Amino acid sequence: MGNEDYVIEMLHIRKEFPGIVANDDITLQLKRGEIHALLGENGAGKSTLMSVLFGLYTPEKGTIKKDGQEVHIKNPNDATDLGIGMVHQHFMLVDIFTVLDNIILGAEPSKFGFLTKADARKRVMELSKKYNLKVDPDAKIQDITVGMQQRVEILKMLYRDNEVLIFDEPTAVLTPQEIDELMKIMKELAAEGKSILFITHKLNEIKEVADRCSILRKGKYIGTVNVADTTKEELSSLMVGHNVSLKVAKEDAKPTDEVLTVKNLCVKSKNHNKDAVHNVSFRVKAGEIVCIAGIDGNGQTELVGGITGLENVTNGQIILDGEDITKKSIRYRNTHGISHVPEDRHKHGLVLDYSLEDNMVLQRYFEKDFNKAGLMKRDDIRRYSDVLAERFDVRSGEGAKTIVRSMSGGNQQKAIVAREMDRDHKLLIAVQPTRGLDVGAIEYIHKAIVNERDNGSAILLVSLELDEVMNLSDRILVMYEGEIVGEVDPKTTTLQELGLYMSGAKRDHRKEA
Amino acid sequence: MDKKASFFRKSSVQTIIASIICALLGILVGFVILLIMNPSHAAEGMGAILRNFFKYNQSSTTLLYYLGSTLVKAVPLILCSEAILFAYKAGLFNIGAAGQYTVGILASLYTSIALGLSWWVCVLAAIAAGALWGFISGFFKAVFNVNEVIAGIMMNWIGLYLTNIVLGGKKVMDQSTSKTYNILSTNPKALLPTFLSDLFGHNQYMTIALPITVIVAIIILVVLNKTTFGYELKATGHNKEAAKYAGMNATRNVILTLVISGGIAGFAASMFYLTGIEQYSISSSVPGMGFNGIAVAFLGGLHPIGAIVAGLFIEYLTMGGQYLDTNYFNPQVADLMVAIIIYLCGFVLFFRNLMNKGKTKALTNVNDESASDKKKDANDQEV
Repeated sequence: MGNEDYVIEMLHIRKEFPGIVANDDITLQLKRGEIHALLGENGAGKSTLMSVLFGLYTPEKGTIKKDGQEVHIKNPNDATDLGIGMVHQHFMLVDIFTVLDNIILGAEPSKFGFLTKADARKRVMELSKKYNLKVDPDAKIQDITVGMQQRVEILKMLYRDNEVLIFDEPTAVLTPQEIDELMKIMKELAAEGKSILFITHKLNEIKEVADRCSILRKGKYIGTVNVADTTKEELSSLMVGHNVSLKVAKEDAKPTDEVLTVKNLCVKSKNHNKDAVHNVSFRVKAGEIVCIAGIDGNGQTELVGGITGLENVTNGQIILDGEDITKKSIRYRNTHGISHVPEDRHKHGLVLDYSLEDNMVLQRYFEKDFNKAGLMKRDDIRRYSDVLAERFDVRSGEGAKTIVRSMSGGNQQKAIVAREMDRDHKLLIAVQPTRGLDVGAIEYIHKAIVNERDNGSAILLVSLELDEVMNLSDRILVMYEGEIVGEVDPKTTTLQELGLYMSGAKRDHRKEA
Repeated sequence: MDKKASFFRKSSVQTIIASIICALLGILVGFVILLIMNPSHAAEGMGAILRNFFKYNQSSTTLLYYLGSTLVKAVPLILCSEAILFAYKAGLFNIGAAGQYTVGILASLYTSIALGLSWWVCVLAAIAAGALWGFISGFFKAVFNVNEVIAGIMMNWIGLYLTNIVLGGKKVMDQSTSKTYNILSTNPKALLPTFLSDLFGHNQYMTIALPITVIVAIIILVVLNKTTFGYELKATGHNKEAAKYAGMNATRNVILTLVISGGIAGFAASMFYLTGIEQYSISSSVPGMGFNGIAVAFLGGLHPIGAIVAGLFIEYLTMGGQYLDTNYFNPQVADLMVAIIIYLCGFVLFFRNLMNKGKTKALTNVNDESASDKKKDANDQEV
């Protein structure tokens, strides 16, 4: 009866989404009273697995056992009944309610339809004292710090007598002091007999609090290790894997003039009170591909936003080809040498309800090639679109007049790449240029980017895919929590080293002005 | 795939069918209401509404006269709906058109009656007033991100009371009848020039407003589809973030869109009141023209030409109420029917989706890749 050691067992879980297997035969066993870390890169399937456990998704295959008994969790209420609680990455709190109201929300104590808050308050204060979770029960959520909001989320789980606590990347929004405090709280909870699942990709934190660690990679289960018996290096290599599949044929870069200089750039975060980009400085020269590597959410989006003008810069300077463009409009940057393949093609890159030809001139419709006295030169636009589509092999059902929404993701992306590469530019910023594409399209876009470099463009590549980073770039800058923590040469570095930088386990004190 | 199927899949065709279904359903529900009110005369009442002015079919002069009146009254409704659909294409819901129309009344009647100016000056004043009202909503939207619906509703009431105060004065309003003075008697040069008046049974209210309305609709059609300005506006309407990415000036476009939309609504007022067909009287509620314009815009499939057809239809039904036998029915039954059709207009999209059901299967293959792609993107974001 060894199974009784486990409070939760997820056995051979398989969860598919159209076109992708998010979880492929994943087994996760959580012991009573342990802190179990779940480690993996973006898209490894961590959140999907936890959503299965929390009843948000129903798996296609596999079983879940609680205390050795098979259970069926169809919705979050079932999970709550089984004593499973979750602190989501983005807190689920009502801003204008008080702390106490938020804690009891959904489990309000009442008599004859009237709230009996006095009892609830007593209980919350007891819990707060017992676990050293300092909160002010009468403060409104909108007035308290993120750290305190998180304590409210934890109290919510404790108030419901949950014994399995899931923390989904709990430290992403916290300051270092708050992180220390959270680590302490987690240890205390585990000592009290609570079992904790801790989703993260920060190796330092795993080493600090976790007893065991399960690793997922690209939807597959890689293994479970005892944290005490392993090193950060080993964890890192388990997380990123070894396989380098696609090699792009390219010669050594011959960098020439400096095209982009970023000096001490700061961009405020929209989610919390910290800088999303903090004091970032780097240069990109013509004829080289500089890649910003890092785990999603470490400030890459905001950095690109700052350079392209989509986000406001709070401090620092952006110099393009000798000209300070920090305060220039997006249109100015577009027409003075920046091409931008955006991270989210549906949000920024395309007007989905416009035709292909209309999307091909999205930043150029006002130029005299396509516009005469305020009227669109329809014939010229059509011809231009056809030429681009031909050259970049953009396939669509009805040619230039196809509504882009009906095109496949790969062809939508190729259309953007075609548009951005054909525009006059000195700097090409490509963010996740191959996200969600098949191998053929990836190869095509990679070749096109290398070609651009050889034709003298400066290229800033932002990618979460390590294969892409290693294959394509001439220099790699690693971003972690809004800062550039290291610069490595793709020819001499290893995935392990990159992994250490990306998870904050290693950092250089580099100076570049 | 046979030709017939692809014909019905065309979105323009679907919109037209959906609009017709809405109109028919509205008439049907109206008939049910007539049945409830007075079962024995329901058919007769319905007939009267639908037959409308065609009951004067013995005399073509009279018939044309009443047709003319319907056209004249449809003009402001159509123009209001043009104003609304123009803003809607840019992603803005200009519910403030009602207020812009109201200040348009204010400007055109004050300049014509109190100041005694020529018709074209009065028209320009009305456009300017509506545009100003639109500008205020647009300014708040663009600069302080105040929802244009909220700002629009506020401006509606401000516009109404301002109009009541100004037009209620002795200079403009006949204090004995509580109506503004008749332009014909006070300042005939403020009346719009007549147009084909003789053809429509010497209907003196037939003015250039009619052809101008058609011209405005065509101009809007051209602006939206052929100009870079329209390209920008529609891009903003479809995807604000992409418009920003492309370097389009959102602040300018939001303000400009509402200025133009407001200008058209103000213009609508002048095209109606400067015919002299109706006088303004103090009102405790914002004139419904701007609100009905919303329904007309949707019934017309958000197409500038469709709005003309829809506007004529709605006006025809409204007028039909006057032909009801008041012994059996309250003439407001027609208004009720129009209200129901307007209500059903909200279902145009619903009917279109219904028509697409079952046909989407064939389309899914094309979309499969992008759908799964989207899913993956969503998944990426979760992890």
